[in-house]
Formats: sequence, structure tokens, C-alpha cells
Amino acid sequence: MLQVEAIVKSFDDFKAVNGAHLTVGKGEIVAVIGPNGAGKTTLFNLITGQLKRDSGKIVFKGEDISELPPYQICKKGITRSFQIVNIFPRLTVFGNVQVGVLSHQRRSSNLFLPAQNIAVEETKRILETVGLSDKEKSIAGSLSHGDQKILEIAIALGNEPELLILDEPTAGMSPEETLATMELIKRLAQMRGLTILFCEHDMDIVFSIAQSIMVMRQGQTIIQGNLEEVRSNKEVQEAYLGGE
Amino acid sequence: MFKRIVHSKGLGSAVALFIVLLILPPLVPRFYVYILALIYVTSLLAMSLNMVVGHGGMFQFHHAVFYGVGAYTVALVLTKTSLPMWIGFIAGPIVAAITGLIIGWFCVRLTRLYFAMLQISLGSLIWAIVFRWYSFTGGDDGIHGIPMPSLLSSLNNSYYFILIILVICLIMMYMILKSPFGNALQAIRDNPQRCEAVGINVRRYQLLGIVIATFFAGVAGVLFVVLERSVFADLLFWVFSLEIFIMCLLGGWFTFAGPILGAAIIMALRTFVGKYTEYWTLILGVILILVIFFLPEGVMGYFQEIFKPRTK
Repeated sequence: MLQVEAIVKSFDDFKAVNGAHLTVGKGEIVAVIGPNGAGKTTLFNLITGQLKRDSGKIVFKGEDISELPPYQICKKGITRSFQIVNIFPRLTVFGNVQVGVLSHQRRSSNLFLPAQNIAVEETKRILETVGLSDKEKSIAGSLSHGDQKILEIAIALGNEPELLILDEPTAGMSPEETLATMELIKRLAQMRGLTILFCEHDMDIVFSIAQSIMVMRQGQTIIQGNLEEVRSNKEVQEAYLGGE
Repeated sequence: MFKRIVHSKGLGSAVALFIVLLILPPLVPRFYVYILALIYVTSLLAMSLNMVVGHGGMFQFHHAVFYGVGAYTVALVLTKTSLPMWIGFIAGPIVAAITGLIIGWFCVRLTRLYFAMLQISLGSLIWAIVFRWYSFTGGDDGIHGIPMPSLLSSLNNSYYFILIILVICLIMMYMILKSPFGNALQAIRDNPQRCEAVGINVRRYQLLGIVIATFFAGVAGVLFVVLERSVFADLLFWVFSLEIFIMCLLGGWFTFAGPILGAAIIMALRTFVGKYTEYWTLILGVILILVIFFLPEGVMGYFQEIFKPRTK
């Protein structure tokens, strides 16, 4: 479904991503792991168009998307959540999710109908799925960090993506919240048939839900494979797992 | 009752206020009728700016240009052409919106301070043209004695006309801000990057927001001509833009009706304190400092906070 080929991105002289490869098949849950500064977030920013690549290719459903701006990539069916909470703090929880839903339904430019009556059902369904229904009237900025991270995912769901990209979905969460989030991700993948690409620091999480794992170091792909292949790879052991 | 006005939910109170304002003219001295009408015109201008600044999060520092363009358009149509008068009235807002489209088209390519700087530069360019082009705009003399339809000949009739147009515009603005587009605009203000990531073409929405706001600024410009029957280059001067920016800040730019309050405060200060001292802006400065420190959400924002319905 998604192929990233030999992608390169430098900031001045620093090569944040230096020829990484990634393949994501339909319906898969794929994890990207690697030490801090390996280029995971940069890679995601390249895929979703927040950054422009220097060279290489990003192909989604047979179409080269590496030159498209973020909002068009989103229309193709890829949405994402962000590592640092990136919500609309002044809007309500409902309003936050509705922004995505309205955009997906191409009704955002409607000028004269009251928004509170549009796309209500879809929005509520998403809130129910992620378990934020009871907080829908709260101002998003006042939520706890864990809830804001969940809201991140909920906003992304509004676009009914085929590929959902989650950048450290559990960063800064308590162990219970982390567990709940992982359950949510698994459930989303099953219920909605979502393809999910995420990166994560916590090895337990990665090994418990990912079907395919890509390991990055210094902007390069060391290996992509299933759990066993990754575990048994010498280079990975040295670079990453060996340290634990 | 006050709570309801503040929350703009109390339709009843708003209607009551509207009726009071309607029956006021025969009861108060002419001077007050004039000042009230001027406050309405300025309120509409401040409200239009707030669509971009408060709800859209764009630093439209030179908004008065569109007010001036609206006013000059109607003035020029009424004095230099023999077209029916209503065409002038309609052309004002439309030309203002087209000017907004052209300036905005460049500005939305930049963000924050760069947006503001470019906006001031392009706006000042238009001011300079109006200020120097004597044969067409009258330069710094302006245009005076603009003929008005007989229906608007008396001050009271102008007052009613301005009040009714203001109310219509406010209703339209309210609907726009509560529409999906309004939501998207406020979402862009809060987080443009995230909006792009959910598929919103940020620049296009910002541009549309500017066009709508400049249209209403043009309406305000037309209303100014209805009231004053003259136009002058100061209408487009950047100092005036700063003044309406302060109105939004003072009233509270995250509220709907805040700018009206801000406009009323500043116009009242200018009129009543300005009578005693030409340094009335000094008092404005002190008030502004106090507001920024103690009421960062503006006067209206402060009252909204106090009268917020307790959610339990």
C-alpha cells in the first residue's frame, strides 16, 4: 500500500533521513523503531508532506505522492497524529473531531448552515470509538495529557483514513493509559480495517502489536521484517536491543 | 440579563436593545444620534477586522484600507458617474472585497509577522495612491458633499439605515462564524499545521476569510459615507488601522461581540474625553495597559468568564 524508497532529507549538513526504505501492506500494523534522533519523526513528516524530501520516492496505492502538499496527501487517505500534542486547544472536544469530519465530507466551506447540526453522528461515533464521549463538551486544552493524545488519534480518524500514521501515540502516558491506547489501536485496526504505521519507544508495545517492524539508525533502515527477523538481526542487537 | 447579552444567546435581550436603539433618535439630542451612528459604523468595521484577527488568527494590521476603499468607491460612483446610486452602494463592498482578494492573495503566502508587514506595505501603497492622486480621489482634500438618495437625507433616517444594515451584517457574521467554514477558520487560527494534516487547504480558507472580512469592511465604508457625506485619505491611514485593532483587543477578540464594545469605548473616549484634552489617547493608553495586564481576554472576554454557566 505504501512504499518509501531511498528517501533522503537533510537539514543544512545534517542528514536526518538518509536513504530509508519502508513497505506497508494493506491491513498491516507496522512499527518504526530506533534510538532518539534516528529520523523516525522526520520520516513520518516526509510521508505526510509536512516536509519536502530531497530525493527518493514515496508511493501510495501506486501513486507518487512525494510532491503533494499535506492537505492533498490527507485527501488521498493518509492521516496522522503528532508526537507533541497538536490539537485545537480553544475548541471543544467535539469541535476538534468535527474539523476533520467536515473536511473529509468536503463541507468545510459551507458558509451559512450552523455547524452544530452537521456531521454530528459521524463525529459522535468517533468519540464513542475512542472513549471520549463523556467529555465532548469540554474545551480540548483543558483535557489531561493522556486524553489529549487520544483526541489526537480521534481527529485523525475524522478523515476516515486508509492509512493511519501515529507518531509515538503513547508518549508521556501513564502505564494504564498506554495499555488502553494500545487496545484502542488494535481495535481500530480490526474494526475499521485500518492500516497503521506508528513509531514508539517502548519495546513491549511494539512487540505486542506490530506485525512488521522497521528499525532505523542514523537516518537509515537497518532492516524491516517480522519480530523474529528483527530480533535475530546482529546489527539491530548491537545498535539497539543490545543495550537493554 | 447582562449574562445573556454577553453570551449572545439571549436573543430577547438583543431584540430589546435593538428596539431601544430604534426609538432613541427622536428622544435624544442630534449630537448623540450622530455619535451612536458613528459607533455603529466603527463597530461593523471592528467586527469585520475581528473575523480575520480574532477568529482567523491573521495579523491584518492594515484593515482600514478596505474601509477606505469601500467609502471611496461609493463616493466616486456617486460624484463622478451618472450611474444609479444603488450601484455605488453595492460597488463599495464588492470593490473592497476584490482589493482584499488581491492583497490577501499575496499575504496568505506568508505567516505571522511577515504577513503583517506585507499587509501594511500593500495597504499603505493604496493609501499613497488615494493621498496623491488629486485629479481622481481629491488627494488630501478628499471628496465632500456627496449626494445621497432623498430617503437618507435626514440624520435620523441615516441612523436607521445604518442600524439596520449593521444588524443584518452582524447576523450574517454570526452565521458565518458558526458555520463549518467558521469552525475551520478558528481551527486554522489555533493550529494551521494540524488543519493541513486533516485535509484543509489552509491558504484558501484564510483567503476566503479575508475576502469576507474586507467585504464587511467595505459595507462599513459605505455606511460612513451615508453618515458623513464625505471621504478623506485619513480613512485609509495606518494609524486608523491601529485604532480598530485596539478596539478588537480591548473588547476581546475571542468573543463575538467584543469588538462592538471596544469600538464603543474608544469612540466614547475620543468624543467625551477628547473634548477636554487632545491627549485623550494617553488615557486610552493607560486603559489598554490595564486591560492587557488584568483582562487579557478583553473586556467582553472578562465578563464572559465571570458569567460562564457553571458546568457540573
